[in-house]
Amino acid sequence: MSDDRHDIDFLKVEGIRKVYGRQAVLKDIDFRARSGEFICVLGPSGCGKTTLLRVIAGLEPLDAGRILVEGKDISREPVFKRNIGIVFQSYALFPNLTADQNIAYGLVSQKLDKKTIRKRVTELLELVGLENLGNRYPAQLSGGQQQRVALARAIAPSPRLLLLDEPLSALDSQVRLMLRGEIRRLQQQLKITTMMVTHDQEEALSMGDRILVMNEGKIVQDDPPAQIYDHPATPFVAAFVGSMNFLVDAVRIDAGLYQYGRYRLRVNGDDGKSAGSSVVIGIRPEDVRIGRTDGSSANVLMARVQTLSYRGSNFRVQFGVASETEERFLLEADVPSDTVRRYSLYPDRMLNLHLPAERLRVYDAALDCSLCRNTA
Amino acid sequence: MQHWIARCAETPLDAVQTRVVPEPMNRRFRDIMDRWLLPLCILLSVGWLIVGVAFPVLQLLIRSLYTDAGHFVGLGNYIRYFQTPSLSVSIINSIRVSVLTTVISVFLGFGFAYMLTRTRIPGKNLFMAIVMVPLYAPTLLNGIALTYLLGRKGLITQVVHTYWGVQPPLYGAFGIVASEVIYTFPQAVLILYIALNLSDARLYEAAKSLGARPMRLFFTITLPSVRYGLFSALCVCFILAFTDFGAPKVVGGSYNVIATDIYKQVVGQQNFSMGAVLSMLLLGPSVLMFSIDRMLKRKHASMVTSRFVAYEPSHNRLRDGCLLIYGAGICALILGFYATALYASLVRVWPYDVSLGLWHYRFTGTSGSYAAFFNSLRMSAWSALIGTTLTFIGAYLIEKTRPFPYIRRLGYFCSIVPMALPGLVIGLSYIFFFNTPGWRIGGFFDLPNPFHTIYGTMAILVLSNIVHFYSVGFLTATTSLKQLDREFESVSESMGAPFYQVLFRVTLPMSLPAVFEIMTYYFVSSMATVSAVIFLYSADIPLASVAIANMDDAGDTAKACALSMLIVITNIVVRWGHHVLLRGLMRKHARWNPT
Repeated sequence: MSDDRHDIDFLKVEGIRKVYGRQAVLKDIDFRARSGEFICVLGPSGCGKTTLLRVIAGLEPLDAGRILVEGKDISREPVFKRNIGIVFQSYALFPNLTADQNIAYGLVSQKLDKKTIRKRVTELLELVGLENLGNRYPAQLSGGQQQRVALARAIAPSPRLLLLDEPLSALDSQVRLMLRGEIRRLQQQLKITTMMVTHDQEEALSMGDRILVMNEGKIVQDDPPAQIYDHPATPFVAAFVGSMNFLVDAVRIDAGLYQYGRYRLRVNGDDGKSAGSSVVIGIRPEDVRIGRTDGSSANVLMARVQTLSYRGSNFRVQFGVASETEERFLLEADVPSDTVRRYSLYPDRMLNLHLPAERLRVYDAALDCSLCRNTA
Repeated sequence: MQHWIARCAETPLDAVQTRVVPEPMNRRFRDIMDRWLLPLCILLSVGWLIVGVAFPVLQLLIRSLYTDAGHFVGLGNYIRYFQTPSLSVSIINSIRVSVLTTVISVFLGFGFAYMLTRTRIPGKNLFMAIVMVPLYAPTLLNGIALTYLLGRKGLITQVVHTYWGVQPPLYGAFGIVASEVIYTFPQAVLILYIALNLSDARLYEAAKSLGARPMRLFFTITLPSVRYGLFSALCVCFILAFTDFGAPKVVGGSYNVIATDIYKQVVGQQNFSMGAVLSMLLLGPSVLMFSIDRMLKRKHASMVTSRFVAYEPSHNRLRDGCLLIYGAGICALILGFYATALYASLVRVWPYDVSLGLWHYRFTGTSGSYAAFFNSLRMSAWSALIGTTLTFIGAYLIEKTRPFPYIRRLGYFCSIVPMALPGLVIGLSYIFFFNTPGWRIGGFFDLPNPFHTIYGTMAILVLSNIVHFYSVGFLTATTSLKQLDREFESVSESMGAPFYQVLFRVTLPMSLPAVFEIMTYYFVSSMATVSAVIFLYSADIPLASVAIANMDDAGDTAKACALSMLIVITNIVVRWGHHVLLRGLMRKHARWNPT
């Protein structure tokens, strides 16, 4: 797109609310998308992500808010005027039509002549790598092939926006991995603005330009994948995308310095909170270091190995850390298999853990921490 | 698999990206169509149900509160009914024979359904086909066949009379119950067969692994798992027996039941107010049973898990042997029953001259002719054609579209209510509603009745049949539509296709087996029914089933029997044609279904 204003605000969603009976499913959703951007909507089941997609498609009426595409309000337009392609979780391929006929379906209603339709269907079949399977019925295709037909059918009428509702969840993991990359590359090739709903964090991280993390009808974080993983906005995001250890009820002493039980923890960067305020400190398992890395005793904990579970390239090790009150709290660490051998880790072995200051994240204790568990 | 992206660069993408815009005029028209056609269709399909179902019943209810002279008397007519012993006996009688019928029918039906689902007896399809025969016969025929077996000159009567000197008490409660059991038996078997088939094999495996014996299995698993089906069968059999008109008309004798009393009051005495009162009394228990059935079904629906393992009966010679004798006995009874009727219709003078011939199939005279038979065929064909169209489109609009959720819910309600409406009630309410030239509203404003013109025509007969049999077809269509992906319509809509495109290109072809089923059901039921049309036919359009009733009234039993057999044979041929057609269709469908 040459026009910059349109480029930034290709899709603008403003204050969307959706209520079923008494329950608000979407609570004031706001976000924007650039033209050609791939946006993943990630969240646990029941968070409203599929509803958001259906509202944008026009399949569900909204109770408040606006949806703008290229500056034009489409929130009152019927589905067929929105020019949106959709791939459903079930694919919804018409079982009595061949792959060809399925792909041509939307072209037929555009009143194109037969030759043009024929030509475009052939192009699309090639595009998704199903050149010779056009005359098969959906039941005669594998899951992955059905998925590709559904995708080709959705992009056939050249929609302005492509919506994917958990498009890979019905496939086995091998096919899913391959299709992830292929959908992403096709999307970049066609420069088609795409929104994909998923509950699979790996899928979201590997495919999206940006991820909207949703919980209970709200967007809790809207950032690129690396930012989401490295700087989760809330404990919920941290626990939902990957896993994280939480040290609950730490107390701020000074800028970047916290007291947790008998340990002092130094954290990079200051949050500007007042001294004495209660916070939650988080660290991802792969950021926990085994053994003392420098001479100082800062951010070093004494811990006892409790259990080891093998994960192939690494071990997930559970440590019990002694705290002031003799109560142990648990800390999980992902330790490379090589390190496990070097330190000869086994249950009941005592050793030092180092929590690097730059890998610690500090959260307000008031934030939702329903997924935080750390007591023994 | 190859990487298809690698070839993307070679594909002329701009060809894919361009969207052809149709000329504006065409576009405007299509916009209007797309926006308003679907809502309009929904309103129309709910609207005709209100005219065809709700208004007439309402008119009937109001009519029961007035005298024939047009004075409002409140519940006066009802009070008069209950204070007149010769009238009020009918409700007790009706309930008595219906309860008895229901108990016998469901009890026997359970055994038969059990035989079909829990044994390894071969030829189950044949057994099933034989017990379904009563569905194709007018209930008048059940009464007529009984007179040939148990009447004064009946086959069994002669034997019994010769050896023991007794006369079977055919006319009255005994005859009615016997006919109704035969009439309701197939329905009981069908419902219980489905219920027993849905039992989860894993429950049996779990119970057996915990050491349960066969008796305990039966009482702790089989019975509880079919209890809703059992109750549903009780409700359906009760409603059928309670509202049937044909059998009591022939073998009721002086034993008054509500159904025959309505006819006597309206046709015999021209007492329309009492007819309306009796109709409401016929409607009440039916609606009650129907509501209980629906309530339990809704509760049950949430209990059925989507994943269940079908039960596979084990080897057990004793069980299979006993049930084979039982099943074969029932089939022999039913076959013998109708064979007697067929035989009687071919015999010259029952029982004195038993030479066979087609004397009784030469219908002449006033009471009926082949014109009546062909009228019935025409009426049934129209009912099947129009009824199936209305039913399928109605079910589609209610099940698969999004506009007007509340109106669609009302439409669903109006679609299943006819199941509780007895044919006689439909017939009588249609007289009141369609024969009214207009209504005076508020004492001064006259509203002419726009539907008055169809009174006394083929159209009202077809309409009454469609309404009478609407619910079963509607539920068949709904069940079939529910099995299709919910998102077909969404996908189609997102691609800019109008709703009828997905309906005609995908939904309809996928639902063809259900469509054929509905069509056959309409045809067969319309051929056999007498209750709704007996009030509505006009002298220029005689109907076969009505002719049977009139012939029987006139003492022309053999001719009545012959005409009934003609209907049965027609229906069996149609059902068989359906079967052949369906087999061809299923072969085509096999490519579309993954299994």
